[in-house]
Amino acid sequence: MSSVATVFREEFGRSVAVLARTLGDLDLAEDAVQDAFATAVERWPRDGAPANPGAWILATARNRAIDRIRRDRALAGKRELLARLEREAPPAPADDDALPDERLALVFACCHPALAVDAQVALTLRLLGGLTTEEVARAFLVPEATMAQRLVRAKKKVRAAGIPIRVPPPEALPDRLRAVHATLYLVFNQGYGPPPRDELCDEAIRLTRLLAVLLPDEPETLGLAALTLLHDARRAARLDAHGDLVLLEDQDRSLWDEARIAEGRRLLDRALALYRPGPYQVQGAIASLHSEPEPDRRRIAALYDRLAELAPSPVVELNRAVAVALAEGPSTGLALLDALADELDGYHLLHAARADLLRRLDRPGKAAEAYRRALALAPSEPERRFLAGRLNELPNEG
Amino acid sequence: MRYLLLVYAAVEEAAALDTRLALELAERGGLLAAHELEPVTTATSVRVRGAATLVADGPFAETGERLGGVYVVDLESLDEAIAVAARLPAARDGVVEIRPVVRREG
Repeated sequence: MSSVATVFREEFGRSVAVLARTLGDLDLAEDAVQDAFATAVERWPRDGAPANPGAWILATARNRAIDRIRRDRALAGKRELLARLEREAPPAPADDDALPDERLALVFACCHPALAVDAQVALTLRLLGGLTTEEVARAFLVPEATMAQRLVRAKKKVRAAGIPIRVPPPEALPDRLRAVHATLYLVFNQGYGPPPRDELCDEAIRLTRLLAVLLPDEPETLGLAALTLLHDARRAARLDAHGDLVLLEDQDRSLWDEARIAEGRRLLDRALALYRPGPYQVQGAIASLHSEPEPDRRRIAALYDRLAELAPSPVVELNRAVAVALAEGPSTGLALLDALADELDGYHLLHAARADLLRRLDRPGKAAEAYRRALALAPSEPERRFLAGRLNELPNEG
Repeated sequence: MRYLLLVYAAVEEAAALDTRLALELAERGGLLAAHELEPVTTATSVRVRGAATLVADGPFAETGERLGGVYVVDLESLDEAIAVAARLPAARDGVVEIRPVVRREG
């Protein structure tokens, strides 16, 4: 038995993708699929769900699109659009395997670099994830009207600027795939918080898993899927009963999701077997080592060295310094952090990391100073509570 | 003498093509090409720096560079337009702005 809700998650993006590809118009495709689900909500509980719900939704959405096109007198290229829908009639509903999966083409359109990043994220969540405008707005803490306008503009740009709804040719694929990965990882990180917004993590994981199925030979795609799964596996252990942050080393490991860890490791193994290393694979490998009962600190530090080579940035250097401090002692780590002091002076995690190492080096006065600086810069309440707690635990300065 | 007239309008509506003027010029044989552009919200900017083609949403808004030429091209999609823009020498130190031309019912 398929309920409309369970079919919705899988088939919304899939149907939008098929129609958008045929019509070259995201708005029309989205409206037609929305109509089809509205019809399903009416009919399925009464008449029972069809044998192949996906094919039913697509066929109904196609008919709704035809109705809409016929009704819209002002629509440019009306005859051509109708002809295209006729030409690409869907397969018989009984034939499940023949249902096309055009979601990959839609991913590349939604994450096109000619769209602003916030527009890419909004389009991806709305059209592929099937999240409502209100849900997307809530997840990004913007008013619904703002998000609605952002979506309208983005869809208009896709149509008016001629952003193609297709998988890019091989020579353009690496660049374009990087943009897709960046957008999906941004959605995941936005959900990871703090504060955590589980629905965004879930959606990012669902879409990266899908991408890994559609592009099984792209090691960075597999690496990103592994990375998000391995991080998300610690979801239940990351915050305590009061909503306070729990450091990795203090987390209750029995709360970790073993199935997610295993799935992440399997994906990572497949990625590494392709011998084309990249930043997501390295971060996935680091997350995998952190999930071991006794994490190998030297190997983690070595992987951060590799990450700094593959994707150099001050934030990667900061993480590397923290890893080196754990592997070789706080004073070596502190020297690396101090070298970043100018570049990352406005970043709370630099000061939080310095404070922690100064505390370990028994320099409470300097540590308190760094904690205060981190507190002033920290963007979220759980982080501020954590830092204030650490500051209070420091012995009196002397 | 040939001239290119670029319309920098203060409001979007004022950029609409003046059909009467265009017809009048066409009758006189003085019109080579005239196109209305989609709004600036549909603009895409292309820069090439080193080996990387940098694509961004939005128009070119700085004033240090000057307009050196225009191409009107008819291609399949924005991706082909970006590929052409990336080959223009100006993309290496300046920027090429891509603006879709309004499509009329055909």
